[in-house]
Amino acid sequence: MKEKIISLFKRMEPDKEKSPLLHTAYDAFFTFAFTPNTVTKDGVHIRDGMDLKRTMVIVVIAMQLCYLWGTLNIGHQHFAALGLYQNLILEGFHLKLFYGLVQLLPIWIVAHVVGLGVEFYFAARKKHAVEEGFLVTGALIPLIMPPDVPLWILAFSIVFAVIIGKEAFGGTGMNVVNIALLARVFVFFAYPATISGDEVWVAGLTKAGPGGMADYGWIHLQVLNPIFESFGWDTFSQGAAVIDGYSGATPMALAAKGGWAAVMEHYTPGQMFWGLIPGSIGETSKPFIIIGALMLIGTGIASWRIMVSMCLGMVFMALIFNMWGYNAYMEIPWYYHFSMGSFLFAMAFMATDPVTAASTNRGKWIYGFLIGVIGLIVRVMNPAYPEGWMLAILLLNVFAPLIDHFVLQSNINKRMKHVQ
Amino acid sequence: MESRIAEAPTAVSPEGEQVIVKLRRGFDVHLHGEAPKKVHSEVSVNRFALQAPNYLGLAPMPKLMVEVGQHVLAGEALFFDKNRPDVLFVAPVSGELIAINRGERRAIQELVILADKTIQYRTYDKIPSLDSSREELFAFLKESGAWPLFRQRPYNLLADPDVVPRDIFISTFDTAPLAPDLNLVVSGREAAFQKGLDVLSKLTTGKVYLGLDARGTAVSSAFSQARGVQKVGFKGKHPAGNVGVQIHHIRPIRPKEKVWTLGVQEVITLGSLFLEGKYDATRIVALTGSALATPAYVRTHAGANLGELLKNQGVAENSRIISGDVLSGKNKTTEQFLNVYDDQVSVIPEGNDYEMFGWLAPMSARPSTSRTFFSGIFPFGWIYNATTNTRGEKRAFVVTGQYEEVLPMDIFPQHLLKAIITNDIEKIEGLGIHEVVEEDLALCEFACTSKQPLQKILREGIDMMIKEGL
Repeated sequence: MKEKIISLFKRMEPDKEKSPLLHTAYDAFFTFAFTPNTVTKDGVHIRDGMDLKRTMVIVVIAMQLCYLWGTLNIGHQHFAALGLYQNLILEGFHLKLFYGLVQLLPIWIVAHVVGLGVEFYFAARKKHAVEEGFLVTGALIPLIMPPDVPLWILAFSIVFAVIIGKEAFGGTGMNVVNIALLARVFVFFAYPATISGDEVWVAGLTKAGPGGMADYGWIHLQVLNPIFESFGWDTFSQGAAVIDGYSGATPMALAAKGGWAAVMEHYTPGQMFWGLIPGSIGETSKPFIIIGALMLIGTGIASWRIMVSMCLGMVFMALIFNMWGYNAYMEIPWYYHFSMGSFLFAMAFMATDPVTAASTNRGKWIYGFLIGVIGLIVRVMNPAYPEGWMLAILLLNVFAPLIDHFVLQSNINKRMKHVQ
Repeated sequence: MESRIAEAPTAVSPEGEQVIVKLRRGFDVHLHGEAPKKVHSEVSVNRFALQAPNYLGLAPMPKLMVEVGQHVLAGEALFFDKNRPDVLFVAPVSGELIAINRGERRAIQELVILADKTIQYRTYDKIPSLDSSREELFAFLKESGAWPLFRQRPYNLLADPDVVPRDIFISTFDTAPLAPDLNLVVSGREAAFQKGLDVLSKLTTGKVYLGLDARGTAVSSAFSQARGVQKVGFKGKHPAGNVGVQIHHIRPIRPKEKVWTLGVQEVITLGSLFLEGKYDATRIVALTGSALATPAYVRTHAGANLGELLKNQGVAENSRIISGDVLSGKNKTTEQFLNVYDDQVSVIPEGNDYEMFGWLAPMSARPSTSRTFFSGIFPFGWIYNATTNTRGEKRAFVVTGQYEEVLPMDIFPQHLLKAIITNDIEKIEGLGIHEVVEEDLALCEFACTSKQPLQKILREGIDMMIKEGL
């Protein structure tokens, strides 16, 4: 049976010389379906069952709960603005789910088609197999974008990040900065209106404030509504008004204006912890991020050292701010910084990228700690950037080789001091 | 008794007190095909070979001292190295020299001897007593053919006769997959072992160190009661039994220092030369691996033909024969011979087969250091049937910190290898290339997610260092 399937596939194999791009694509899918029959040559005769595909797919699996919550929360935030189904996430489940899917799926598809397209093209040019790095990048990018991000901007940012950030440096394993964050920082600086301010975190409104209305597309009105009607369920209602007193501001924006008191006017600590707040798609649900992080730590895929030291760095800086107390933002208790914004998501999935993080164990402690410290400084002290982790991680990505250099140098010095 | 968690080098305590070094890092690869602990002496191997490439650091063309068809005695010189003409390489058994096999550029690979039924040994005019001067002992060892028993670190080269070693290290246990039990190997030959240690202690200005198994299993009195040596216990997973790891924790090799290492059976050969006056290259070899119907220990001689050695063991079809263990051994055919420093043959199935979604949902248990497999999450006494499949394709270095988890040494393997790839000599030296040889990084290569050829890269680095004269 297996032999037949394999010989069928083998007959379809395109010629490597005549059509390298097709062959690269074929090879990527074939090795996805079948582990190759290659055997060891020199060196070890047996190999660990672990490979890069498996490593990457574990990270993707660890993000799946964030995807699930992100999908529902896109819908939840949308309806909360309209004053509908705002008590529980499961109220109006079908509407929230499908609303979220209609927003999220195009983002996911564009991220993968564009990113993998670039990846396949370069793999074919360089005549080597497609490396699996983009599996994780492609899964991360939708989670760190606002739900309403225009798809052309998304596509543009991914092309920029993959070509300039990765392929220019030699492909997977060679990049200096985190590709997913590079895509986001590209949007952030090139198209700031699409990724900052109070308007962008809730999808499908003409204006995220009083006077705004729900704005649906043909897929909601023409496809989904008739289906829901046939079951006798609630439907999307075009033109529903945003409720009075609503603001699409994230806790970050509120805290920058008026500290913890301003945050509490709109959200409860419980809402912020469970993730019923506006924000980037994947960053809101803290329990699900924690589950993902524990999964990565448990399987040993991501470095617990970076996660722990990043927490320590953030808490350290938050306590300093608490003591300083110059403004209301600084006075926010250190433990609330965990549930505001994207700290946990950045800690679990962004800072731990092994290629761009420090590569020595001692270096990882320093790297994580500095991200925690610098990220919180940007968050609290810089009014122009509502959140600090993206910039802090990119900054430390650049400094990670320097940190490693000092760690290695101390090892070298220890050894060489015995030599005259 | 003192015990410490030691990732950094430790000093050795004063005389008398035995130190136990506990190593937290490492990984035991449990495989099917362990040999039952009983030595079979009746196996008959007719062909033995002296293999010049086994000795690292020889000039490319050794000078032959014999011709095909000539009868030689065990211990009689067959060739010498042109750079050091006084170091002789001798026959492991007596018999007729039937072939001289050459490789690329006519370099000598194997001198094949068809063994006599009963081995006749070469006799010596005078065996120096242990009170002789070091020069006298050195001269005898070189002339008698015992010199190639010593391997010199850094780099596992043939010992340099112009250098007196700082210390001599012997590991008395092997933690590699399916490795032979050296307690069994030494039994009955305790006196020769002790004599060998006595000789060694005359050859160094420093000490002779014995790495003992402190994992809790019974240790032969030949090791635990050895006299005139420093004993250091090691407790931990593989590679705790590697002499390189033990040196690192006892007294690390600094640049420009030279130490010697020997295997237990080499010590016995050395001891019997002084004790009985004959060059006895008897080796007890473990024939192991899941592709053998009946794994066993056999008594033979160094350089035995592998096909003859395995003829009663039932080698399965489509399997790989390895001289040594599955991590650092060498791929061989049945026409080839056991490498001179090896005391193990591993035979495992070839893995030249496709596996559907093997990377995602494997159909069989496989050894892994990662905790993403069922057997990794619940690591309770699993024994695996490993094949030679690469389990994935080669990729760039992505994952970090993985090698450090299985290497109980204060070394950064990934950075060392990257320095080798970029030819950064100063960094290669600083990061400690002189402290490791291939077998020490073999487990890192096994664990490598990116399937990089670490041992090959390391040897390239070592060759580069030798060329630079460092």
